[in-house]
Amino acid sequence: MFQLSEQGLAEVKKELARYEAKDSAIIPSLYIAQKENNGFITPEMITYLSKVMDIPEARINEVFKFYTMFNQKPVGKYHVQVCTNISCALEGGREMASHICHELGVKYGEVTSDGRFTVSKVECLGSCGTAPMMQVNDTYHEKLTPESAMNLLRGMK
Amino acid sequence: MAETKLLTEFYHLPEFQTLAGYKAKGGYETLPKALKLQPQQIIDEVKASGLRGRGGAGFPTGMKWGFLPKNGEPRYLLCNADEGEPGTFKDRMMMERAPHQLIEGMIISAFAIGSNKGYIYVRGEYVYPIECLNKAIKEAYAAGLLGKNILGSGFDFDLDVYRGAGAYICGEETGMISSLEGLKGQPKLKPPFPAVQGYLRKPTIVNNVETLAAVTYIIRDGAQAYRKNGTEKSAGTKLFSLSGNVMTPGNFEVPLGYPLMDLIMKEGGGMKPGRKLKAVIPGGSSAPVLTADEVAKANLDYESLAGLGTMLGSGAVIVIDDSQCMVDMLGVLTHFYAHESCGQCTPCREGTGWLNKILHSILEGRGRLQDIDLLIKVADNMKGKTICALSDAAALPVLSFVTKFRDEFEFYVREGRSKVKGTTYAEMHH
Repeated sequence: MFQLSEQGLAEVKKELARYEAKDSAIIPSLYIAQKENNGFITPEMITYLSKVMDIPEARINEVFKFYTMFNQKPVGKYHVQVCTNISCALEGGREMASHICHELGVKYGEVTSDGRFTVSKVECLGSCGTAPMMQVNDTYHEKLTPESAMNLLRGMK
Repeated sequence: MAETKLLTEFYHLPEFQTLAGYKAKGGYETLPKALKLQPQQIIDEVKASGLRGRGGAGFPTGMKWGFLPKNGEPRYLLCNADEGEPGTFKDRMMMERAPHQLIEGMIISAFAIGSNKGYIYVRGEYVYPIECLNKAIKEAYAAGLLGKNILGSGFDFDLDVYRGAGAYICGEETGMISSLEGLKGQPKLKPPFPAVQGYLRKPTIVNNVETLAAVTYIIRDGAQAYRKNGTEKSAGTKLFSLSGNVMTPGNFEVPLGYPLMDLIMKEGGGMKPGRKLKAVIPGGSSAPVLTADEVAKANLDYESLAGLGTMLGSGAVIVIDDSQCMVDMLGVLTHFYAHESCGQCTPCREGTGWLNKILHSILEGRGRLQDIDLLIKVADNMKGKTICALSDAAALPVLSFVTKFRDEFEFYVREGRSKVKGTTYAEMHH
């Protein structure tokens, strides 16, 4: 049964007290829960949050399913999100995403066998002037080539 | 003409990010002066400046503020920092390099509209800008610039950052309000407009990062100084995000009315060696595309671009050279809008998916000639039929790409491969 750490629980309670509408704490709390569960959220975590937050499960679930930054299945230690929207596509973002998948031996959304990487194609990340780019966990890496992107990933242990 | 840096003059200085660095360049000098004015004086000055919303819609800022009911109800100031429009990356730079500039603009704006609580809604992927903002807000509280009785003025204003979670539609102001309320980020039917019934059903003003940052300049130097830049109807400067097939992409602040070709050739360093300009999307991915001939006639202001059947939008200029296949590029855009439709309105939910399926069947060599007209028919039936403008945003690129580059679409259908690249979609990308 999933449970937040003591610190995570305290953070959720802080979020609940922070807003005039309790529901506003759902998104911040999902972030806290996802971080504590290696980057993804399970149905039992929604049940748990519902009890902790005293918000109906369905309400939390609809928010969870709506936003793309909450993962519904396990991801690797490094979530590699390659932008393939127009400005990046014009500068080779799609080819870079394919190259990364090929080199890591995975399809989009799969976790590498060593558990280190998941590669996703994502929509515009606001890095259009420094295309092509990828976001690895919280960090942007810009002005890449397929080779420089792979060099960066190979350095991530 | 060249760049005119009213807002971005000190962006090259790393210390401008901090309170001390911002103050060293005159930051927070306008705030005490503003707090001695009557709120209506600030609203009048912003109205006189001609400032229009810099997030995309271009609605006059002072007029928007004037829609707030005068019944003394609590009201909110929300900064829209969701910045999800493909091609746009100016607000990110503003939050990273000058967070205090935004904070000062928000305090002055909040004082003008009588709000004691503000939120900056930032797209979830912008982790570093959020860190910059949180650090700056902490500094501002410690210096008595936020919180109770700001600078002894008797005015209270609390400011917080809210992290979104990945949904383009939250850039639409009522979608953003839904998200801040802890709901799915689905837009709400208007009227009532947020100024009357917004966050938690209270009067709410939603302004873009760049808009709020400009308020400080307007109050500091006056509306007339601001109006010296730009055109009669499109006053001031604007940050343009230049990307795509140019030599030196980036953000550039130029007066409104600046020639689009100059932005590409001077600020952007021109086209890459051996390449020719083919097309430009002038205002973010939802703006109708311009051909190279049209680009030569276009100025970067609301009226000039409207005259060419397109729009200034968020100021994202996406340059496409002659090596690009327009069918392929439209496929990127239809996929984006199908992915980002919130699903609430049938014409958008079904229409975006349908457009994307038709485009990809053409790209995969299964297209029929009648599909080209079907694209136009579907897009025509999506315009103006939904709660928000995402449906229009999806339809407009389709109509402009297909109309202006029809020969490429017909060739692709007949031959099953790109007229420009000479290859199939699978050969291009797999």
